[in-house]
Amino acid sequence: MKKNIKFVQGNEACVEGALYAGLDFFAGYPITPSTEIAEHLSHRLPQQGGKFIQMEDEIASMCAIIGASLTGHKVMTATSGPGFSLMQEALGYAIMTEIPCVIVNVQRGGPSTGLPTSVSQGDINQARWGTHGDHAVIALTASNHQDVFLMTVEAFNLAETYRTPVILLFDEVVGHMRERLILPEKDEIPLLERLRTSVPEGVDYHPYLPREDGRLPMSDFGGVHRYNVTGLFHDMWGFPSNNPGVVQGLLRHLIDKINNNTNRIARCKEYFVDDAQVLLISYGSSARSALHVVQNRRPRGERVGLLELQTLWPFPIDLIRDRCKTPEIVLVVEMNMGQILQTVKLAVDDPEKVFLANRIDGSLITPTDIRNILRVIQGRGV
Amino acid sequence: MPVKDYIRERFFPHMWCPGCGHGIVMNALIRAIEDLGLSKNEIVMVSGIGCSSRISGYLDFHTLHTLHGRALAFATGVKMGLPGLNIIVPMGDGDALAIGGNHFIHAARRNIEMTAIIMNNRIYGMTGGQYSPLSGYGTLATTAPYTNIDYDFDVVELSIAAGATFVARATTYHVQQMIDVLKKAILHEGFSVVEILSQCPTYFGRKNKMGSAVEMMAYYRDHTTPLGSKAKKENPDLIERGIFVQKERPEYCREYDKIIERAKTKGK
Repeated sequence: MKKNIKFVQGNEACVEGALYAGLDFFAGYPITPSTEIAEHLSHRLPQQGGKFIQMEDEIASMCAIIGASLTGHKVMTATSGPGFSLMQEALGYAIMTEIPCVIVNVQRGGPSTGLPTSVSQGDINQARWGTHGDHAVIALTASNHQDVFLMTVEAFNLAETYRTPVILLFDEVVGHMRERLILPEKDEIPLLERLRTSVPEGVDYHPYLPREDGRLPMSDFGGVHRYNVTGLFHDMWGFPSNNPGVVQGLLRHLIDKINNNTNRIARCKEYFVDDAQVLLISYGSSARSALHVVQNRRPRGERVGLLELQTLWPFPIDLIRDRCKTPEIVLVVEMNMGQILQTVKLAVDDPEKVFLANRIDGSLITPTDIRNILRVIQGRGV
Repeated sequence: MPVKDYIRERFFPHMWCPGCGHGIVMNALIRAIEDLGLSKNEIVMVSGIGCSSRISGYLDFHTLHTLHGRALAFATGVKMGLPGLNIIVPMGDGDALAIGGNHFIHAARRNIEMTAIIMNNRIYGMTGGQYSPLSGYGTLATTAPYTNIDYDFDVVELSIAAGATFVARATTYHVQQMIDVLKKAILHEGFSVVEILSQCPTYFGRKNKMGSAVEMMAYYRDHTTPLGSKAKKENPDLIERGIFVQKERPEYCREYDKIIERAKTKGK
């Protein structure tokens, strides 16, 4: 077997992607089904001079990666539902202070301790609105190991581009399943390095004054520019302010920098979408079953297509509206009570043709499940 | 360097009440740093939430004003990210030991090099005078109108038990001692804890009839004693001041450097 072909778990594919992207600091806390990410990184990071630390909880893990990011490192943490809940406070801090970081949530069944070893996609809306206050967020997902790798690299690139935390929403099936991963060559995928200020020593550096293109060049802690970072609303120096103009300006900036770039951030994969009468919309491991349905029904003349979402937030409204115009039935396939279904209904012109095919019992939704639900919708009986 | 060169005038006036002890702590801290001749670029001040935590904003270092109780967790990331930096973490008693208690004992256990300053005014001042884990049994607070039935921690004993390798206590009355202790704490290669008794005349003082700020400082003068003094033997209720622990144990970041070496050799 070639050296660059591996047979690995999805969690390992995430590790490979993160290291490829330049990860050099990881803080985490053990939790099923994400633990392998921490285990592998504790092994791999120091080999490359990077650092791994197991913190006392997920709260501390999230805080530690923000601290390390400020010293110029590419940082990540990984967890699952209960830990993701604990990270919400510091996730909001990273949004407010515009610190690049990557948070992996390998989803398991919830609420609460739920189903530690079983699959679910129940944290989609938590990723969007889990932390308090108005904000925008980037969340990516993937259904196979090659894409886990690619989306992990993408997460690091987006975190640097928009100076924001990026959430990777994987799930237990993708995280634990083993399949082939082809490691890309060095330089095969472009990597974005941190944008650092060119302001020289002695000249006023404004850490929170966006450039014309909206980007904020950073200065590493320990460097020549000393500035304040706070989770309070702050002015261009990073000083706390409750001036209404400053408050509104900052909140608009935090939201606009992401939402105005929705189409640029949107990643998806399309299978037979153009002439589809039935369009399946799915993501993560459920998209594997949805793809199976498409590949199985197409040869039999059924015009079924699949739109696999890889960017969940900001939600690609334009893309969804466009692809849902011609199909007679849109079937959202997910493992929750319809978290993406609701956003699809809001995006399309005729929401009454949008249906849900779900499974919420900790088992992976199967192609047969999807087929049966589709037959019921089509009035063909099971 | 004059004291004013360490402060950010843009940030002033500060938000502390008249008579608050925290300004004395800030002054002593600046003088300690001045005496040590540390470069401002090498100092990162990480704080949480509360009156004490506002120190970070007022000083001209790299400053990170974080979440309630989480300062030490953020500081751990900063220190591991750039071990050459001097990390100073000013915290309040509630910040460090209630909401941040878990981070506190684990940072102490790891012996990661940073200076944790616990400004103990025995009250939540920012929110208006609720009891803290250091208020103590029998005290009054806005959330303990019938007296407090919570017992307090002894910060020094807690720190020692958790593994801190430098533990000291000072008060806002004993400024010279505070400066001296802070200098040693900053130089210490490991996790240092300095508890500073700092008066809150506005809330703790008023609720508990402690008198003015001056009277509260006189209380520190009369109710504390140098560590190991004869007075303590005669009056065990006196609170001891000084350096309780100063010992060597491998520091976390230096230990991690060894991990990197081990991993690189093993990986080959």
